[in-house]
Amino acid sequence: MLDAEQGYTTEDGRKIGGVVMEMKNITLRFGGVVAIKDISFDIREGEIRAIIGPNGAGKSSMLNVISGFYNPQEGEVWYQGQLRPPMKPYQVARQGIARTFQNIALFEGMTVLDNVMTGRIRQMKTGLFAQAIWKGAAEQEEVENREFVEKIIDFLEIQSIRKTPVGRLPYGLKKRVELARALAAEPSILLLDEPMAGMNVEEKEDMSRFVLDVNDEFGTTIVLIEHDMGVVMDLSDRVVVMDYGQKIGDGSPDDVRNNQAVIDAYLGVSHD
Amino acid sequence: MNRRIEQGCNKTTVRKSADQREEENVGNSSSARDGLASIPALLQRNATVFADRPAYREKEFGIWQSWTWAETAKEVDALALGFLNLGVNEGDFIAIAGRNRPYFYWSMVAAQSVGAIPVPVYQDAASDEMAYVLEHCGARFAIVEDQEQVDKIIDIQDKLDQFEHMIYVDPRGLRKYDHHKLHQFSHVQEQGVAARDEFMGDLEARRGKLDYATTCVMLYTSGTTGKPKGVVLSNRNILEASRSSSEFDKLTLDDEVLAYLPMAWVGDFIFSIGQAYWCGFCVNCPESAETMHTDLREIGPTYYFAPPRVFEMQLTNVMIRMEDAGRFKQWLFHHFMDHALKVGSKILDGGSVSAWDKMKYSIGNLCVYGPLKDTMGFGRVRVGYTAGEAIGPEIFEFYRSLGINLKQLYGQTEASVFITLQPDGEVRNDTVGVAAPGVEIKIADSGEVFYRSEGVFEEYYKNPDSTASTKDAEGWVATGDAGFFDEANGHLRIIDRAKDVGKMADGQMFAPKYVENKLKFYPNILEAVVFGNQREKCTAFINIDLTAVGNWAERNNIGYASYQELAGNPQVLDAIKGHVEEVNRSLAEDPMLAHCQVHRFLVLHKELDADDGEMTRTRKVRRGVIGEKFEDLLGALYDGSSEIATKTEVTYEDGRKGYISATLKIVEAQIVQAEPQKVAAE
Repeated sequence: MLDAEQGYTTEDGRKIGGVVMEMKNITLRFGGVVAIKDISFDIREGEIRAIIGPNGAGKSSMLNVISGFYNPQEGEVWYQGQLRPPMKPYQVARQGIARTFQNIALFEGMTVLDNVMTGRIRQMKTGLFAQAIWKGAAEQEEVENREFVEKIIDFLEIQSIRKTPVGRLPYGLKKRVELARALAAEPSILLLDEPMAGMNVEEKEDMSRFVLDVNDEFGTTIVLIEHDMGVVMDLSDRVVVMDYGQKIGDGSPDDVRNNQAVIDAYLGVSHD
Repeated sequence: MNRRIEQGCNKTTVRKSADQREEENVGNSSSARDGLASIPALLQRNATVFADRPAYREKEFGIWQSWTWAETAKEVDALALGFLNLGVNEGDFIAIAGRNRPYFYWSMVAAQSVGAIPVPVYQDAASDEMAYVLEHCGARFAIVEDQEQVDKIIDIQDKLDQFEHMIYVDPRGLRKYDHHKLHQFSHVQEQGVAARDEFMGDLEARRGKLDYATTCVMLYTSGTTGKPKGVVLSNRNILEASRSSSEFDKLTLDDEVLAYLPMAWVGDFIFSIGQAYWCGFCVNCPESAETMHTDLREIGPTYYFAPPRVFEMQLTNVMIRMEDAGRFKQWLFHHFMDHALKVGSKILDGGSVSAWDKMKYSIGNLCVYGPLKDTMGFGRVRVGYTAGEAIGPEIFEFYRSLGINLKQLYGQTEASVFITLQPDGEVRNDTVGVAAPGVEIKIADSGEVFYRSEGVFEEYYKNPDSTASTKDAEGWVATGDAGFFDEANGHLRIIDRAKDVGKMADGQMFAPKYVENKLKFYPNILEAVVFGNQREKCTAFINIDLTAVGNWAERNNIGYASYQELAGNPQVLDAIKGHVEEVNRSLAEDPMLAHCQVHRFLVLHKELDADDGEMTRTRKVRRGVIGEKFEDLLGALYDGSSEIATKTEVTYEDGRKGYISATLKIVEAQIVQAEPQKVAAE
């Protein structure tokens, strides 16, 4: 088992740091339904951490616990060495955790640029009134934020749709805009809920490249949920496997691939 | 008359600045005498004379960033010093692969400054195509855009004996790479500046050695047949061609161009380096390939160049959008476009037009032509050229009737572009104009066009046989195209590639390109390949245009899942049949070509693609390759069968191969009997 303080070096030479977030014995119930049962795992600085599992395994619930949308009935979330009290999602966002959604949640009528600009709200200090007048500090602030957003637009290669209303974009591009908005918040942890669902092979390849580049370029820690096993195995440094709300595996992609419990969960067990 | 129209939409032609007059003086004097015998020398002149004028603009992060001539000279110097620091020798070849960005133009000039030879290559070339070029010229260095290109060259590096260093512009994703032989563009410049004291003397000495005889650039031909050939062009070729063509079209310091055509193509080199450095005008680089149209509109170039394909695409887009417009707008558009087609070109050429027609045209200009030109980004175009292939007469007329001074030129890499040009006011859609200044033309008995000029290339690199068979001892170069001079006006008419022009089985002339161009005018048809050499009848392969046909399908509630399915749709086939028959009718009116009517055709199940070798990177069809690859289909066109099942290998963008299979219907098109007595005048 790895030491919490020490990092490790991946096969391709990336340095992974110490633990930034630790989930300790998390249990989440909705009425009588147990969505997550006594799960513990950690997330290290700079790594790509995947959460996989069959449908209904509780992956999205887990992501919602991390993002503060659900507060678990039992267990503790430790973030940057401190126990995190129950929080509202916006408070979690302020701590530097940004996310994308499984079902795209963008402002359909707004342009790509405006959508991505909303990701900068955390960085804007001037009040509503000052922004409406748009003089002095507010103007300066908008210019700075726009500059940052333009860098992300360039990074994700969506220059040509900058002024296009999001509602007119195809699905794959919307996913990319959502990623752009999450990145605009300069997160230290980025949560991606099925970033490649519903994409064709080419779009998946593009998206994978962006995920890797984000991790590489900004050093962002990434937690992703994904169904496509090929993608998960290629991208992630460590994988948590869930089934029926329980953790059935945790380790490097190779470990997980050879784990009998995981194989059973995915392929089923014969009952004869 | 045309002056007035131009001035209305183009402020820059009216204004004459002090700089401009000065520039004209410089331009008129002999360049060699002034020591302006190379591109780096022109850069130094521009950096002093036009110091604060913009030399380059690039849209990045949503804003047009610009560099003045003085700043450009600094950037180029820094890079040149960096090259010396890396050990670039005189005579080395430096490959350049990237989309149009100032960095790559600087790279070319910096390479020239240290006595090396820039070799721009197509950045979308597959790795084995790129390997061939890099190996053939023995490049020691390459300057590339990003990770994609770096990966491509790393893949082929083992095959290249002389290759050493690679420089990239965009560092993204490259942090973890081994940087022993890999350098970031800005670092090379920084190291160059740091070592200025050590290398400046050497740089100046090398720059001082450049003269008219020094090689300016090496460009690989696109190669419609066989392997690409490296065309060596000297400073004399490039500078003389740039000088005379700039004078011909009165290009000035105030002109603006948008650089968006492949950098490996000779046209881009002449426009964005040769003429730009000669005149001192600004080269604008788009943000990305996809934003080209928005950027075109924002810049509003005054001097514009595009292959026919780009004009075709623009026209197709306009037509699609008009079909989606309201009824009143449609009526307005068609009403005024009909009028423009009637009188627009005449007004542009200064011909006599009735006062009523003139007035109606100016109303049309207000309501339709002006806004349309603005939307297409042609609002300020003073001189526009199309070349590379013959343009469909209807497409050509469309743009001219809007009041855009679109002209044709005929050129080749081997000629440093210019062979013939159309002078203002003498524009016709069926000719390519008169000999460009300083060019002599002769027509051989076989009909092949030969030319001789200052722009004629030095040689094909490492290929003396081809050089000898193309260029004779007196400097005459064979174009490989068949043509003749129009007796009425002395303009050159190109019929077809000499290799393609063949004979039908009954001995009549077969000119496939002529028929293909007619077919390609229809927005639904993207490409056509006509066969018929040594055969009784003509047949054709057709590629549908996914944008146009897809839009039509959407409006008519026709469902389709793929290109292939749409291409096989019976209603689509019917529409294409209609187009083919219209072309047949128009061919029947021409006694020379009435026998080239298309009897049978099929719609291909895949788009012809350069990755599959069916087209060149400049998107010219490779007739031979297509004929061999689709031999089964070609056979079916002639054996009378009504459909054929086939399986075709395709190459994906990442180089992997796959197969697609399809059953294609073969469609019979109606033939019109030629009626010689009803022939329209030539």
